[in-house]
Amino acid sequence: MSTHRPQELQALVLAITARLRDQPGPLLEVLHGVQDALGFVPGEAVPLIARELNLSRAEVHGVVSFYRWFRSTPPGRHVLRVCRGEACQSMGARALEAHALATLGIDCGQTTADGAISLEPVYCLGNCACAPAVMLDGELRGRVTREDLDALLESWGAGQ
Amino acid sequence: MHAVGYHDLGTPAAPAAPAAPAAPAIRLSIDGTSVEVPSGTSVMRAAALAGVSVPNLCATDTLKSFGSCRLCLVEIEGHKGYPASCTTGVADGMRVRTHSAALMQLRRSVLELYVSDHPLACEPCPANGHCELQTQAAAHGITHSRYAGGASRRGGGRDVSNPYFSFDPDLCIVCSRCVRACEEVQGTFALTIEDRGFSSRVAAGQSEPFLLSECVSCGACVESCPTAALHEKTLQACAPPERSVTTTCAYCGVGCSLVAEAGHGELMRMVPDRTGQANHGHACVKGRFAWGYATHPERVTRPMLRKHTGEPWREVSWDEAIAHAAEALQRIQACHGRGAVGGITSSRCTNEETFLVQKLVRAALGNNNVDTCARVCHSPSGYGLKQTLGESAGTQTFDSVMQADVIMVIGANPTEAHPVFAAQLKRRIRGGARLIVIDPRTIELVHAPHLRAAWHLRLRPGTNVALMNALAHVIVTEGLTDEAYVAAHCEEDSYVRWRDFVSQPAQSPEATAGLTAVPAAEVRAAARLYAAGPNGTICYGLGVTEHSQGSTTVMAIANLAMATGNLGREGVGVCPLRGQNNVQGACDMGSFPHELSGYRHVSDPAVRAIFESDWQVVLDPEPGLRIPNMFEAALDGSFRGLYVQGEDLAQSDPNARHVAAALQAMDCVIVQDLFLNETSRYAHVFLPGSSFLEKDGTFTNAERRISRVRKVIEPLAGLADWEVTVRLANALGHPMRYAHPSEIMAEIARLTPTFRGVSYDKLERLGSLQWPCDEGAPEGTPTLHVGHPVRGRGRFGVTRFVATNERSSARYPLLLTTGRVLTQYNVGTQTRRTANLLWYDEDLLEIHPHDAEDRGVGEGDWVHLASRTGETRLRATVTERVAPGVVYTTFHFPESATNVVTTENSDWATNCPEYKVTAVQVTRVAGTAGGHDPGRGNPVHA
Repeated sequence: MSTHRPQELQALVLAITARLRDQPGPLLEVLHGVQDALGFVPGEAVPLIARELNLSRAEVHGVVSFYRWFRSTPPGRHVLRVCRGEACQSMGARALEAHALATLGIDCGQTTADGAISLEPVYCLGNCACAPAVMLDGELRGRVTREDLDALLESWGAGQ
Repeated sequence: MHAVGYHDLGTPAAPAAPAAPAAPAIRLSIDGTSVEVPSGTSVMRAAALAGVSVPNLCATDTLKSFGSCRLCLVEIEGHKGYPASCTTGVADGMRVRTHSAALMQLRRSVLELYVSDHPLACEPCPANGHCELQTQAAAHGITHSRYAGGASRRGGGRDVSNPYFSFDPDLCIVCSRCVRACEEVQGTFALTIEDRGFSSRVAAGQSEPFLLSECVSCGACVESCPTAALHEKTLQACAPPERSVTTTCAYCGVGCSLVAEAGHGELMRMVPDRTGQANHGHACVKGRFAWGYATHPERVTRPMLRKHTGEPWREVSWDEAIAHAAEALQRIQACHGRGAVGGITSSRCTNEETFLVQKLVRAALGNNNVDTCARVCHSPSGYGLKQTLGESAGTQTFDSVMQADVIMVIGANPTEAHPVFAAQLKRRIRGGARLIVIDPRTIELVHAPHLRAAWHLRLRPGTNVALMNALAHVIVTEGLTDEAYVAAHCEEDSYVRWRDFVSQPAQSPEATAGLTAVPAAEVRAAARLYAAGPNGTICYGLGVTEHSQGSTTVMAIANLAMATGNLGREGVGVCPLRGQNNVQGACDMGSFPHELSGYRHVSDPAVRAIFESDWQVVLDPEPGLRIPNMFEAALDGSFRGLYVQGEDLAQSDPNARHVAAALQAMDCVIVQDLFLNETSRYAHVFLPGSSFLEKDGTFTNAERRISRVRKVIEPLAGLADWEVTVRLANALGHPMRYAHPSEIMAEIARLTPTFRGVSYDKLERLGSLQWPCDEGAPEGTPTLHVGHPVRGRGRFGVTRFVATNERSSARYPLLLTTGRVLTQYNVGTQTRRTANLLWYDEDLLEIHPHDAEDRGVGEGDWVHLASRTGETRLRATVTERVAPGVVYTTFHFPESATNVVTTENSDWATNCPEYKVTAVQVTRVAGTAGGHDPGRGNPVHA
């Protein structure tokens, strides 16, 4: 559900589509634009985007739901992405992820009940040399240990 | 699931290159069999044409090849690997193998993956025996899968929201055929595959029930489904259909060819005919699904009589009813003269039936008091096109739009009223044609997924002629006319007169903008676009004809086409979109009081002589009464008996109170219809009609295409409509002897030059025929005016704008215009008796937010709608689809009595009513929040 009022959401979507509509294949760019602005792509934005780009709601919904990157619900205040690439897995990323999930009491792709933290899988951050890697609110970290993660989650106000 | 027994060719035919010589044939060999196909054909289709079926699951010949199921792999000599036959084009000398041990192994593996995700309990499945997955699994010996636990589409739950079909994700193999059908065939784009991997699932809209999405329930997805994931609900409980009959849809003027699948004495399913020449395998929610009215419990199946209209009906035998009706008519004639009775033919009935009703009036009643419901819709088309071009019909085939570069849609809403043609129109626009919409409302064509009109000229209702003149002004004054065409094919003096007229500054877009409310720059741009073509097509509807200047606008349209040379070939022309299945046919069959079949005037002794010698009677040389004149005459006592076949005059004609008073004044009203209707309230004799499923005959669609209607079930009342008219004529003393409608068609052909070459045998052979069909064109005439206009030289008409008398005023400040919605049809006699009510169950008044706010009207509020003629109540919907100052409603439901409000104004030439402009006032009904019915009463019968 959108936390934005309908007029605000409409103005925001129209501004983004107006800026990007003349690009070839503008849908992905527009979806990124909306997610960058709101943290997710609200269902209410889909008809607006569809109308502006001369697409159907179904087409936009198909694309939003196809890409794991696009969320249709608001993320937590902080987003932790744990890499699931082969290199990171071989260096203990799955255990790290399991630990984080246990600490937060959620499943992968979910947000804690207090809305503080979302944990999302990611399928290679391109940081294989420094595995296991995570991304914290867009900031890349390498060679992350369980202790690093605990400290971080605590600073974000989770667990304990 | 497509029609039982249909042999699908996998991919569509190679696109025909227009104007180019036929593409060279490609010769290749499939499993050793040599086959010759046009270039651009897929290997899969070539194989199918050679009689070799390549296994597949994601291919069907209505959709572009997709290449996703990986079952149609073949071996091609000299090619690496195993190319997919659906996406591989043929090449000369290609040697293809469709079956080998390696291919078998590959296909078995693929099928095993499919069935890992699909239940193999086929017995209880409605598609059992027709499922493509079941067929392929059996053909490849797959009875189980070594892969377990795919199946993650399960548990999503069945979607049964649509009344006609259900979606079961458990049975879905995600071949995307439904999604592609919605896009490519229908052009609605309501479906998608959501998510990915094992979670991939077909979804409507943003993953909502089909009924709540943009789905228009055309059924293209259902037909394309290879399994039972999408299937008609009628298939569930029944055993598979036993037989199929190809017939023609009885709804709109597109005239789709449909395959009726029946079993156990009843219709089970309707599937569009892929070889149908008007619809090419597509249909809409009405034609495909809304046929349940035919067996609705309210069908009247026994003839009925009563002395006075207040009395209850008394069921009687056919003999008694017919004898009574004939005596009543003869008694009236004896007392009040030969001209005191008449008949009305129906555009819903077959050509043969219509022909018989007018024959009955002329030959048995001895006058020309016969008219048809086309009076109230397309009579101006007949008149205007005859005057200018020489033939009372559209100039093109529907397929012609596929060659158009610019399409102008005037006063028509094809996505609602002619959905299958709209799908084709949309396809062409997606393919690159530009679109100009001239309409007071923002119809769907103006802006929809993958569709945007280049120009929407949103004119004020009632100003069509001024706008057409402004378009002509631009074309003439900017030198955009096709002088060579005009010089070769048009009357010079008429052209000069017209050119001088439209060149006047008073006709310019700038001078008329105040009148039409369309900015001059938009008119100029649209005119340039149309004139630039090179192929410009004009399609128009009742928004053109149902005006006091309806005929003038039709002539203005023909003028534009002539001036720009847009006539006489594919891709151009003038296409009136006919509202009813057989409006064209009813007009062709001599339903008008002044014309015998083939549009020949009754005052012409040579014409009469042909009929007189064939019918052995003397015909009245004087034209008879038109429908509005019949009502006038009824009120002054000189017209007292009427035989009405299949038209609900009291609901569909304007100024309904006046109509009711006229009917009430008559001594004998004979209604022949499927159901008791508004008109039958005033009737003394009720003769049960037969639906299109119950009889043989022909319909003629908007392309002049004559198609067969074939009996699927026996007439519920025992007689088909034509048999009833035959009995009545016999009782009136004019013998009619026909064993079958084919004999009536033989008579029509004998008496009508444009139908001379038409016969049931030929229709059987060729599927359909477009008239004129005669010695010069034994297989019919797809495009009219080829070489030169039918009348020799086209005649330009000077089309002076005359404002309608119906103007807005302080008391009636808004202009009401009327139209239809997709799921309902005209006065709703049929569609109101189907599940289509789920989409639209009452007439709503569309009002612009500004006008709504001024009146304190909110969404769903009850409003009072008043004109100078009458008043009614209905609920409002607030929308920007209409411009400020304009309100809009439909006329599908008798409760809302829309036509109590419409006026008696009519077209100057043809009396076609001016339904499209009524000055009205709208006020909120006090104390009625949305939803509560304050009790509308029924103003018609008050």
